Amino acid sequence: MPTLGADMSDGTLVAWKKKPGDPVTRGEIIAEVETDKAAIDVEVFTTGVIEKMLVQPGEKVPVGTVLAIIREAGQPASAPAPQAGPGRLKISPSARQLALELGVELASLQGTGPGGAISREDVVRVAKAGGMRHETRGGTGEQPLAPVAEAAADRLLRMRQAIAAAMTRSKREIPHYYLSTTIGMGRAMAWLGEENLKRPVTERLLYGVLLIKAVALALREVPELNAVWKDGQAAQSRAIHVGVAISLRQGGLVAPALHDTDRQSLSELMQNFRDLVKRARAGSLRSSELSDPTITVTSLGEQGVETVFGVIYPPQVALVGFGKVVERPWVAEGRVLPSPVVTATLSADHRVTDGHRGGLFLAAVDRLLQEPSRL
Amino acid sequence: MTMTKTTYREAVRAGLREALQRDPLVFLMGEDVGRYGGTYACSHGLLEEFGPERIRDAPLSESAFVGAGIGAALGGMKPIVEVMTVNFSLLALDQIVNNAATIRHMSGGQFSIPLVLRMATGGGRQVAAQHSHSFEGWYAHIPGITVLTPATVTDAKGMLLAALREPDPVLIFEHAYLYPMEGELEEAGLVDISKAALRRQGRDVSLLTFGGSLWKSLEAAERLAAEGIEAEVIDLRVLRPLDTATILASVRKTHRAVIVDEAWRTGSFAAEISAQIMEGAFYDLDGPVARVCSAEAPLPYPKHLEDAALPNVEGIARAVRGLLGA
Amino acid sequence: MNVPADRNHALELLRQMLRIRRFEEKTAELYSLGKIRGFLHLYIGEEAVAVGALQALGPEDAVVATYREHGHALVRGTPAGSLMAELYGKANGCARGRGGSMHFFDASRRFYGGLAIVGGGLPVAVGLALADKLQGRPRVTACFFGDGAVAEGEFHESLNLAALWKLPVLFLCENNLYAMGTALARHQSQTDIARKAQAYNLPGEAVDGMDVLAVEAATAGAVETVRGGGGPYLLEYRTYRFRAHSMYDAERYRTKDEVEQWKQRDPIAAFEGLLREWKCLTSDDLAAIEADIAAEIDKAVAFAEAGAWEPVEDLTKDVYTERT
Repeated sequence: MPTLGADMSDGTLVAWKKKPGDPVTRGEIIAEVETDKAAIDVEVFTTGVIEKMLVQPGEKVPVGTVLAIIREAGQPASAPAPQAGPGRLKISPSARQLALELGVELASLQGTGPGGAISREDVVRVAKAGGMRHETRGGTGEQPLAPVAEAAADRLLRMRQAIAAAMTRSKREIPHYYLSTTIGMGRAMAWLGEENLKRPVTERLLYGVLLIKAVALALREVPELNAVWKDGQAAQSRAIHVGVAISLRQGGLVAPALHDTDRQSLSELMQNFRDLVKRARAGSLRSSELSDPTITVTSLGEQGVETVFGVIYPPQVALVGFGKVVERPWVAEGRVLPSPVVTATLSADHRVTDGHRGGLFLAAVDRLLQEPSRL
Repeated sequence: MTMTKTTYREAVRAGLREALQRDPLVFLMGEDVGRYGGTYACSHGLLEEFGPERIRDAPLSESAFVGAGIGAALGGMKPIVEVMTVNFSLLALDQIVNNAATIRHMSGGQFSIPLVLRMATGGGRQVAAQHSHSFEGWYAHIPGITVLTPATVTDAKGMLLAALREPDPVLIFEHAYLYPMEGELEEAGLVDISKAALRRQGRDVSLLTFGGSLWKSLEAAERLAAEGIEAEVIDLRVLRPLDTATILASVRKTHRAVIVDEAWRTGSFAAEISAQIMEGAFYDLDGPVARVCSAEAPLPYPKHLEDAALPNVEGIARAVRGLLGA
Repeated sequence: MNVPADRNHALELLRQMLRIRRFEEKTAELYSLGKIRGFLHLYIGEEAVAVGALQALGPEDAVVATYREHGHALVRGTPAGSLMAELYGKANGCARGRGGSMHFFDASRRFYGGLAIVGGGLPVAVGLALADKLQGRPRVTACFFGDGAVAEGEFHESLNLAALWKLPVLFLCENNLYAMGTALARHQSQTDIARKAQAYNLPGEAVDGMDVLAVEAATAGAVETVRGGGGPYLLEYRTYRFRAHSMYDAERYRTKDEVEQWKQRDPIAAFEGLLREWKCLTSDDLAAIEADIAAEIDKAVAFAEAGAWEPVEDLTKDVYTERT
């Protein structure tokens, strides 16, 4: 899904103009896409043959999503086997690695090691004799990177560009203010521990789900934060769809919605959250999940971060960041005891709310986390 | 650095003497460490010098006196307990595994056990199956203890002194075959017991070994050098915590590894090192990791059979040649 | 037996026995709720031993106990909350929750476990005593073990070593007649455990372990000998466990009648009756003691409930001493 400006976060594929196997030339229109602003034609920048459609008409996908794979002219079909049966080749791991680095064709190697195994020396000998496939890796040689890898790299680049656009816009337009509070997690963690004892491993709850639910319920009390900025004013959303930031293994992130977060039980939330993470990483999110969040929650606890000052994802007007749950000295009933705590930080749009409301919101999150059984 | 020519046995004794002189909390306890002077004469003369309270002959009660060493360490002493040989340490296995190794962790860090447990290990002296074991690798399996295998006279003394500075239990395995060996004692202070030692540089293959097998490996390296094969020899010397970085660095350089371990091959410490290489340097390997271990049989008494069972110089050289296709 | 000279002390003995019993009754309840897991070996029936024996020790003395050590730790002074939290496996437990029921530790009270391999604690106790002897400290190490341990080599090695070196160890055998499910007569050729001391040349004495005053008196005497440099001492407390070996067992190894007969000799009921007979105890006194204990146990449970789990990232902490 190409980006057609900083405002565009996603688009809906309306129709394909080509089908797999069709040849395309650079500049040709291959699809029609609908965005918030208008329907647009998608042109290709490559000449080749359409190999596979990855998105179907009617699907709404974020900017940067790969729509189709085009095999460039003169390129072999995808997932090419660079050598015949490399798994059966008797070659040492180190020699294989070296051959790859030097661009030596494995098929050209003759093993002289024990039992006819190909050793490093065999690779070096062939390389010196000029048997290299191309000068440098990823160079302009006759064999470019495999198309799958290229598509992945492209997707990553595009996603990066979309994030760049959204974040730049956020920081340019939204006057952020930040509020932070440290929340005692003793009760929540103890409750969670017990709760999990009762559950089979596959149904255990993560504390992150408690945090998400607490945020959703707190938004009922401070609904101004559950809104989108549209046409110069804030529009409160009746439904609470918490977007959860999920980093992708190959880089970048998405923040799809857990729909009606406040109305889901913890078990449902946990199940849906797991499902969301799995699908986000597999690239199979539903378009509504990407367009519907009314607020975003991000947690970098796994990375050991204690405080997160997040950037609001437009057109939302608030984001809640959670750090890691850590043990700290904590005063309760006049006694200092080690207790697990978490730092919650609200990033909010000052055009919409003031610190007072933001403070009430964080206080509500704290209060809700002290009664975990009621979440 | 001053160098003195001495034997391994004398180096151990010098270490014991220095430890006893330096710290009144140190005492030596074990079977025949006093009047007899130590089965391997490591403590010869110490009874006269330090008296029976500190050079304490124990009855043949391995479990009781090893356990008493643990208790004395808990009580603030710095005991050096000598179990005559690794073969008899089996009678104290419960104390070592269930008490020495667990109490610190299990008590949530409340108690330390600064115990040093020394014992002779290894075969090659025609004393048959029950007196020829090599169980260093077994002990290295256990978190909570440190396992040292000094192979040089400098390490024999320096590792003992370093072990006494450890707050947790340390097991020292002295290969019985090394006691009469002469060598240069470097008076360079403590030995770093977190690091393996590079004993010989080479580019073609890494010989990874420890204890009594070090000397066989060095001799094999000499033999191979005459054939134009340069073997690097790494003395692991600390089996737990293992200095994996040094092993991997050597394998990344030579691309080939042969592990020499006097224990039986199956389930051996050699297998552990091999696994570490697979995990950390698989793509640097130019051939399979090879192991030279003892034959899978109780060690027999007659010399020709014992020789055939134990790793030997020619066997090590042969393993290297096989790996190189030479 | 005479009326105790010190009524307060007598009441304290009763209170301590009741504390153990109520604490353990609570742990059994919590076990069935799933709050406590793993093994849970209850001491119910044997309370007179820990209470009577530990009166004789001072704070400088050391205690090495077994997997059935809840009572010993309670009497030794480790707060009930810290023990309950340990049973829960919480980080505010006396061993950070790592040991659980069988592995109570408390350095500040010289409580060295909670060592749960039968017989394994005896050599450690010998070593603690050796350290005291070598450093000239007039301390005593009390080592508890059961009749099952008497069959282990470590029992014999340790008695010999301690006697040989005249070490200040109190060997305290809690003979409850069963090594798990094996009756004494089925595992010992000589069932008179106290007599085994003779073979190692140390004094041995059998005591009625259901009589707290007898236990206290005998232990005090033994401590005096040991502290005075007389070398080790073996006491055999003849006692009985009313409940299963661990939380549940089918108890096929003993009859209900036998258990009922021993329950007639319940050390707490017996001592309570004695105190009433001697006019040392009124129903109001008892009610007040019970109320105190109930409050203490409620607090202990709350403390355990409120405790946090040790963070998983600390799993390998303290395998070795942290290097700085």
